[in-house]
Amino acid sequence: MTDAHDDTSGAPREYIAAIDQGTTSSRCIVFDRDGRVVSVEQKEHEQIFPKPGWVEHDATEIWTNVQEVVAGALAKARISKEQVKAIGITNQRETTLLWDRATGEPVHNAIVWQDTRTDALCRELGRNVGQDRFRRDTGLPLASYFAGPKIRWLLDNVEGLRERAERGEIMFGTMDSWVIWNLTGGTEGGVHVTDVTNASRTLLMSLRTLQWDEKICNSIGVPTALLPEIRSSAEVFGTARGGALDGVPVASALGDQQAALFGQTCFSVGEGKSTYGTGTFLLMNTGPKAINSYAGLVTTVGYRIGDQDPVYALEGSIAVTGALVQWMRDQMGLINSAAEIETLALSVDDNGGAYFVPAFSGLFAPYWRSDARGVISGLTRYVTKAHLARAVLEATAWQTREIVDAMKKDSGMELTTLKVDGGMTSNNLLMQNISDFLDVPVVRPMVSETTCLGAAYAAGLAVGFWNDVEDLRANWRRAAEWTPQMDAAERDREYQFWLKAVKRTMGWLDEES
Amino acid sequence: MARTIQSLERAAAVLRLLAGGERRLGLSDIASAIGLAKATTHGLLRTLQQEGFVEQDPSSGRYQLGAELLRLGNSYLDVHELRARALVWTDDLARSSGESAYVGVLHQQGVLIVHHVFRPDDSRQVLEVGAMQPLHSTALGKVLAAYDPVAHNEVMESDFAAITELTVTDPAEFERGLERVRARGWASDVGETWDGVASIAAPILDRRRMPVGAVGITGAEERMRSDGALSPRLIAAVRDCARSVSRDLGAGRF
Ligand SMILES: Nc1ncnc2c1ncn2[C@@H]1O[C@H](COP(=O)(O)OP(=O)(O)OP(=O)(O)O)[C@@H](O)[C@H]1O
Ligand SMILES: [Mg+2]
Repeated sequence: MTDAHDDTSGAPREYIAAIDQGTTSSRCIVFDRDGRVVSVEQKEHEQIFPKPGWVEHDATEIWTNVQEVVAGALAKARISKEQVKAIGITNQRETTLLWDRATGEPVHNAIVWQDTRTDALCRELGRNVGQDRFRRDTGLPLASYFAGPKIRWLLDNVEGLRERAERGEIMFGTMDSWVIWNLTGGTEGGVHVTDVTNASRTLLMSLRTLQWDEKICNSIGVPTALLPEIRSSAEVFGTARGGALDGVPVASALGDQQAALFGQTCFSVGEGKSTYGTGTFLLMNTGPKAINSYAGLVTTVGYRIGDQDPVYALEGSIAVTGALVQWMRDQMGLINSAAEIETLALSVDDNGGAYFVPAFSGLFAPYWRSDARGVISGLTRYVTKAHLARAVLEATAWQTREIVDAMKKDSGMELTTLKVDGGMTSNNLLMQNISDFLDVPVVRPMVSETTCLGAAYAAGLAVGFWNDVEDLRANWRRAAEWTPQMDAAERDREYQFWLKAVKRTMGWLDEES
Repeated sequence: MARTIQSLERAAAVLRLLAGGERRLGLSDIASAIGLAKATTHGLLRTLQQEGFVEQDPSSGRYQLGAELLRLGNSYLDVHELRARALVWTDDLARSSGESAYVGVLHQQGVLIVHHVFRPDDSRQVLEVGAMQPLHSTALGKVLAAYDPVAHNEVMESDFAAITELTVTDPAEFERGLERVRARGWASDVGETWDGVASIAAPILDRRRMPVGAVGITGAEERMRSDGALSPRLIAAVRDCARSVSRDLGAGRF
């Protein structure tokens, strides 16, 4: 990596630090002016599964980890905080936390985006209109995935919380708000803010005004006193107080998927990317226009730089991709590390007829079916664990195909290449599968940590470290490209099998349960 | 029957005993089970402990199989794991060097390319993952031959085919070249595999400092050389990358 001390100019070199508070881990990456990684520090946190379908995180543990990785990344880079010109924040989206304004203590574990406990509540909130009751205003279907209903669940289920909330003693935040509030001083004057991209995932913000929609907040049962102020994605929210970054401006916040869109420099209309992590999220820049989706995608804010116009995006969200590989490792014990899935898969030539639809949290885009649960179809005695490994990887590729098809319907635009990033892009077989199933080239950029890079870019723009987005575009480099090699008839035949398997996941849970 | 070494037989008996059940065993249990004096048994255990094959529980003083023994059984590093660990660092190598980067491992009689990062210009390039390269002429191959005894055997039994006019075809001369590789910590290939193309490579070592692969860059000779020699800046970049990946491999599970 670049050596922080190897400067020829004599002046100390300057950097941007990005904090990525993710679903499985928190990391901090230090970038230099060319957008190159100087150091990385990462720490996993506990996944808490109190009941089937429930997923929680301990927000106190997360804040401790964030502080550790920040200190660690600075130490590894061997730089001082004076050399850090700004901090950018990016985060797992929708994960919902309520905490006590006076003590800074969370009132409950954070409810993670994958958690399905608000299924019934969402159906109830749909009333006679159904899932699309708030879609026109918020861009989102009523689904357990989003934050608003999770807040309502906490208010309904934590003893005395609603009264405390109405007295103004409680703060709500997604993880961006929690990290920024703590970074900027917490109970000692921390700022309670969120950015437009995170706010656009709550079901509580109007996509047109970019403000909390009082009527919808009322309908969902969330007092607005709880809510943070909505700010742009790139501006100085405040400065860090105490800790390894004391005095450094906190200058960006973006949901992780929007940050990856930014890090991939998808600044023009029609540019998009797909990020392969715990889940997979394909976002396409639609410019200043919020496009309604009729094909099962969601409309969301892509980013907003300071007081410039917001940039909107269409998004296809897939809940379970890398998480399925983790499940094969941790729950099934069939592999020792995520990467070994490729070794196992390559020990056979095909899926042996097996299809695996990981509807562990129901199905997200383009179906939005919370009554769906996971299915392995096409089993015969012939099928081995290696065929299942193939099916696991193919599940990610077929789910991408479904999203890309929906994107085409909604935007009228044909995808010519797919830009990818995230941890799963180190899987060569998977990248080839995606190219084959989509019949387009798949391209990986040279910095696979685009999530952190996007947050760093936004923070750097806010403090003038970089001048404009064209500076950033010049940093983008192609690291690898996979081209389609699959016979068209074969592709169509297998896609039909996949779609049949998807049908078999639906209706598993009864409406009442 | 050939003569056997008694202490090795006894050590094997101790290990078998400890592998037999879930329980940890105390010194006297072990001594009586294998029918040896306590002092002899203690000597065996102490040596096994030093090698990491046996561990002693600090509170109870009982013995159990050591982590090293478990590692021996599955010590081979999955190549896809290697690629995942190398990804960040090889991206950076390609970027800082301006050339394409590769990670290779020994496979049969050659170098299997397990990871490839494009040269960071806008030219069309084809992913070479899965390709095989010769051991005796490439920088990656020379690194493997210099550090991995199995690769060394393979290359010395090969035919040393002349691929270009500059390929080293004399095994003795090749062997002298490997000594230089070991002394410097990196290998090069200047026109020995492809005319006008040069490569630099360095070893990737795991936590026991065993060679698990090689990482390197390849590019046009004119770009790779400065003042007649291979560019020191590029050599340093390759070695830094190899060290970073090795350091990452030394740290626990992914
Ligand atoms: N070689 C691989 N093959 C398949 N899956 C992989 C491979 N390497 C990593 N993964 C999967 O990728 C995921 C990790 O990727 P990444 O770190 O980008 O995830 P993430 O969703 O961003 O995590 P977080 O939410 O914590 O930020 C894990 O689910 C892991 O199972
Ligand atoms: Mg992430």
